[in-house]
Amino acid sequence: MPEPGHEILHLSNVSRHFSGLKALSDVSLSVSKGEVVGLIGPNGAGKTTLVNTICGVTPASSGVIRFDGRDITRVKTYQSARIGLSRTFQIVQPFAEFSALDNVAAAALFSQPGESLTSAREAAREHLAFVGLDAQADQSAATLTLAMRKRLELAKALAMKPKLLFLDEVNAGLNSAEVERATRLIHQLAANGITIVMIEHLMKVVLNVCTRIAVLHNGQLIADGAPRDIIKDPAVVDAYLGQQYAQRNAARG
Amino acid sequence: MTRSTVALLILIACVAALPLFGGAYALRLGTIACMYAVFALSWNIVGGFAGYPSFSTAAFFGLGAYATGILMNKGIPLAAAVGVSLLFCLLLAVILGAVLLRLRGHYFAIASLSLVEVFRELVNNATDLTGGGMGLNIPLVSGSSVLSDATFFFYAMWGLLLVTALTVIAVSVSKLGFGLNCIRQNETAASMVGLNATLYKAIAFGLSACFVGAAGGLYAAWVHYIDPSDVFDILYSVKPIVMALMGGLGSPLGVVCGAFLYLGLEELVWRNYIQIHSGVLGVLIILLLLFLPHGLVSLHVGRIWRGLTGRKAKHA
Repeated sequence: MPEPGHEILHLSNVSRHFSGLKALSDVSLSVSKGEVVGLIGPNGAGKTTLVNTICGVTPASSGVIRFDGRDITRVKTYQSARIGLSRTFQIVQPFAEFSALDNVAAAALFSQPGESLTSAREAAREHLAFVGLDAQADQSAATLTLAMRKRLELAKALAMKPKLLFLDEVNAGLNSAEVERATRLIHQLAANGITIVMIEHLMKVVLNVCTRIAVLHNGQLIADGAPRDIIKDPAVVDAYLGQQYAQRNAARG
Repeated sequence: MTRSTVALLILIACVAALPLFGGAYALRLGTIACMYAVFALSWNIVGGFAGYPSFSTAAFFGLGAYATGILMNKGIPLAAAVGVSLLFCLLLAVILGAVLLRLRGHYFAIASLSLVEVFRELVNNATDLTGGGMGLNIPLVSGSSVLSDATFFFYAMWGLLLVTALTVIAVSVSKLGFGLNCIRQNETAASMVGLNATLYKAIAFGLSACFVGAAGGLYAAWVHYIDPSDVFDILYSVKPIVMALMGGLGSPLGVVCGAFLYLGLEELVWRNYIQIHSGVLGVLIILLLLFLPHGLVSLHVGRIWRGLTGRKAKHA
């Protein structure tokens, strides 16, 4: 893969603590345009907190976050949504009473300046078609299956025309056919030039789509590099992957 | 326009014909009906659309009443005084809303309730301006006859109801209404898609206060005398919530129906059970909420009609 896209996201020494608890300590990370970065680590490592901190949900306690050349450390959530940062939630967050269409329309309406409700609904149809939910457009979000709601999250995120997209466990709770479908979608997004940072526990998916992997453990970045190096890194094996995985991997060559 | 919007406008138009049918009592009742409907519609913006249960109706009702009363005592005509009261309440509520609406659920409810007490104490203590606990006399407006006075205030309150209803209808189909709807369903997700929730909630709070303030102004001019315990009565905060629940939370048509139904019940019970009216009214409200939890709008008029005209009325 050609790497030299210019830097879109830069974190320097970002920390976040919740009173006594250090959820993130001194995380420095850089993401370039067009990359698909996998963010892995054990439960409670601070992966979601890192995304929340970048998006302004839980602002950084210290450190600097730059996005597309500007300092966004203190930017509010709704503002970060308008400058091209979007995300899906691990625990899906639909507007339950709205139809799938209006869910996506809301995302288009409030993130794009000058969008009207009518034009937002038109745009929403396209995004629903992209994730394969056009048949469910008028169904209320509460009635969709989990897999559909995950794809709805994705359609919402796409309606915000992101430059950088965070995917927070889009595959959790899905069966293997659904995972395959979601993986195809991620490939397509990457091909469309969207930079992606994805939190994912399924190593198969991570290795399949990511160009780079960053590993968090106890709020610290313990490894960052090419997938083939990361899965052999002893620190990562210890903290997350486990000896069994490493042996199986070694056996496979 | 949806069917319920048309129904709402027809309902309001029907109310305007009231003076044709009755004397001073009908006019008084009609004026209160319009006032209650203004309360319910206003509360619905912040309570129904945005999902923030506000108890501050009485605060802005009293504030509007006093603002108008003070201005009229300084010789400013009624229309201008009410207009100023409306703008004053709008601005103040937007500012207070930006602060108070950071709280959610019960916390917001209690904070909004405290506004009533704060305003009441301010008015109580600004004796020079408001007369304090002695109350405030307000000059008569036209005063040619009791009946023409009653007719004038009925139409003034009706006009305010119409303006309120049109505003609420406009909000409900606008980007603002859509956004408030998003906030009610999932505020986190709403700000995640780029919605400035603080701004939207502040505007909603402002809109829910300004017409109530104007109604307070008209009320003050109508009754000629106000005192803090009358216009800052906490019941003015509770009633619109009950009306909205009875009529159907979130639906403008529903809350107006709820307001009229509530007034009907109040009058009926007051007249027949003067000693125990609060108790009887309370029981009726509980029964209504238990058996009709989604309000009047959840009744299917068509089905009831078929039931009544068909073989036998089926009560289910």
